[in-house]
Amino acid sequence: MTTTPTQDAQPKTRGQRFTGAAANYIDERTSISGLVKEVGRKIFPDHWSFMLGEVALYSFIVILLSGTFLTFFFEASMVEVHYEGSYAPLKGIEMSAAMASTLDISFDIRGGLLMRQVHHWAALLFVASIGLHMLRVYFTGAFRKPREINWFIGFVLFVLAMAEGFTGYSLPDDLLSGNGLRIIDGMVKGIPVIGTWISYLLFGGEFPGIDIVSRLYILHIMLLPAIIIAAIGIHMLLLVINKHTQFAGPGRTNDNVVGSPVMPGFAAKAGGFFFIVFGVITLIASTFSINPVWVYGPYDPSPVSAGTQPDWYIGFADGALRLVPPGWETEWFGFTWSFNIIAPLVILGLFIAIVAFYPFIEAWITGDKREHHIADRPRNAPTRTAIGAAGVTFYAVLWAAASSDLIATHFKLSIEGVIHSCQALLIFGPIIAYFITKRVCLGLQKKDREIALHGYESGRIVRLPHGEYIEVHEQLSEYERWKLVSYTDYKPLMIRPNDQGRITFGQRLRASASRWFFEDRIAPVSQQEIEQSKDEHH
Amino acid sequence: MASKAARASGGSRSAGRRHPLATVALLLVGLLGTGGAYALFTSSATAETSASAEALVEEGGKLFAANCATCHGLDLQGTTQGPTLIGVGAAATDFQVGTGRMPMAITGPQAEVKPVQFTEEQIQALSVFVAAQGPGPAIPADMYLTGKGDVSNGAELFRINCAMCHNVAGAGGALTEGKYAPALSGVTSKHVYEAMLTGPQNMPVFNDTNLTPEEKADVITYLKYLDETPSVGGFTLGSLGPVSEGLFIWIFGLGAIVAITVWLTAKSN
Repeated sequence: MTTTPTQDAQPKTRGQRFTGAAANYIDERTSISGLVKEVGRKIFPDHWSFMLGEVALYSFIVILLSGTFLTFFFEASMVEVHYEGSYAPLKGIEMSAAMASTLDISFDIRGGLLMRQVHHWAALLFVASIGLHMLRVYFTGAFRKPREINWFIGFVLFVLAMAEGFTGYSLPDDLLSGNGLRIIDGMVKGIPVIGTWISYLLFGGEFPGIDIVSRLYILHIMLLPAIIIAAIGIHMLLLVINKHTQFAGPGRTNDNVVGSPVMPGFAAKAGGFFFIVFGVITLIASTFSINPVWVYGPYDPSPVSAGTQPDWYIGFADGALRLVPPGWETEWFGFTWSFNIIAPLVILGLFIAIVAFYPFIEAWITGDKREHHIADRPRNAPTRTAIGAAGVTFYAVLWAAASSDLIATHFKLSIEGVIHSCQALLIFGPIIAYFITKRVCLGLQKKDREIALHGYESGRIVRLPHGEYIEVHEQLSEYERWKLVSYTDYKPLMIRPNDQGRITFGQRLRASASRWFFEDRIAPVSQQEIEQSKDEHH
Repeated sequence: MASKAARASGGSRSAGRRHPLATVALLLVGLLGTGGAYALFTSSATAETSASAEALVEEGGKLFAANCATCHGLDLQGTTQGPTLIGVGAAATDFQVGTGRMPMAITGPQAEVKPVQFTEEQIQALSVFVAAQGPGPAIPADMYLTGKGDVSNGAELFRINCAMCHNVAGAGGALTEGKYAPALSGVTSKHVYEAMLTGPQNMPVFNDTNLTPEEKADVITYLKYLDETPSVGGFTLGSLGPVSEGLFIWIFGLGAIVAITVWLTAKSN
């Protein structure tokens, strides 16, 4: 945006003079103008999927605000009290102070229940929007150089968000959260050799002990939020430094960003969007109940409710536990080896490690050291998109398995049938998804190529003077064609001997990975081909 | 058969004293006698009541033979298709028939609730008939069904004894091999009591030493409380816990947000 010179000519009003003086005062003492210039000129391209990260940020702010309110009234203590609040079915029941204060927030503190529900719904939205944001970044290849580090920081944020969610879920000390903690305790104890020690350290003795709520509380309100805020800061700093990606389009190149700058348009828009997100969360929180701890009652190690599940983002881990076949347990060297715990831990660990390091893995396979600022259309990177689809399927199956009991009751199936189907799908689903997605991507690329070269079928049949019938193809405009033809063409890496004239195992591995990645590909339409096709049509 | 014995004992008492079913008959006579006497003092239709008690057993027998005997046997001895009903009592009959579970439409993992096939009177007749064939748990007295017990004790008992299958909010849950614990909202207090007492389908029996009648009344009080108290937090999404909450936030929460982002970035034409 350029300032209009006519404004300078006019005499300044008192307000303008004050603003100018104040800005000058601050700038002389902080040199902030450089930062404002840099950040304020940050360009945001207009595409709906670029706003998902914002949703995560805004719901995090909502979580901070509502969470602060809750800390005023929540008592993170496991001291035994007899509940004497206004919820009749729990009157006189023994429970921890944490549970009693949660009930007080829900029933006896003005606005407390709304705040609890805002906090919890916002937390669910926070993690969900992070998930969708990550999928967007993945499928558009926006994690490629120079953004690999920011992907990793985003991944760390995702894990921290899940940790925040789980610690928060465990704080009210109700039946559901206690059961969740018991499962965590079981998983920790299933780790060979060190498991039991870690469990005793975490719970301050045998489960459930009297320490866990206050320990989780410190993690939940201090340590984890502090790390999250720091990580968000770095994430956004890198976002400014790296600039935003954009989809290919006329005038959009790898060296520019087309969109609106932060100041003033985007900031106003984003500010408005924050209130919209806040509004949506509040609307949901005021109309839909979430985690009614009073129904669950205080934690007691003996009862477990039917339909006990963690919040959705921990569901994949719960599902992994549910899918382990029975009897995976043995005794070696006098120790019990619970492979029913170890196997899910290893598999989930591998899964999230692949997610975390995917940009580096792909960069190694492709050998691509160029910077990429143009977001890929998912179809133009068929193998990556297929891997993503396989990953999504794998996650979705685990996720579904966590609600196997509810699937069984609601679709009138047997729970064994659901579990066995999920076990089969966990292995075969990703493979099927991989091949289907890859073929669909290649098919779409072929279609794009066809359209770029020959245009749309217009449906208009014309008879030529000599009697031949042809269908007239409608040619694309240059603008439309741009989107279809501008993507990077890759070729599998060649195996080359190194300085010593040897071909190392690493190179062979890399070459075969690269072949797997780029073996099936549709080359983008070249300018020459376009010219050629024009000649044919004219 | 027992009704025959009852009639026989009415005719010549000494002859049938050592008959195996004499106790049953005596009990029945006693019950009918006290019931009849009670009716005599409270109801104006005195003559009809005592006559109808007899008729009830007879009618129940006919209904049983027509609707139940195929699977449970003409003498209630049970067949390969269904268990014996000797000793199940009026409570079990009233529960199974009164909730529409019996007669079963098809064999499956468990008998499902469906529209009740008999009238109140017919159900009563069947219950009296089955009870007359062998002693078993009786239909609970109204004093336990009022929902005026100790709600917090009931809630605690419910969490400890019932929630693992029926879910803390009574929303139901899955069991093995396609069986399930049904949702408890809208189930009448009488049927809840009878279910606890007789353990229908896969449910364990909570007899009176396990859960005293007063404790059963407390559980009923809590279920009534759940039924009658509106949810304080808003719509409950089926009281299914985090699964429905997670689906809701993904479909409707994030769905709405994405719709808004599309709207915000839409180019004006």
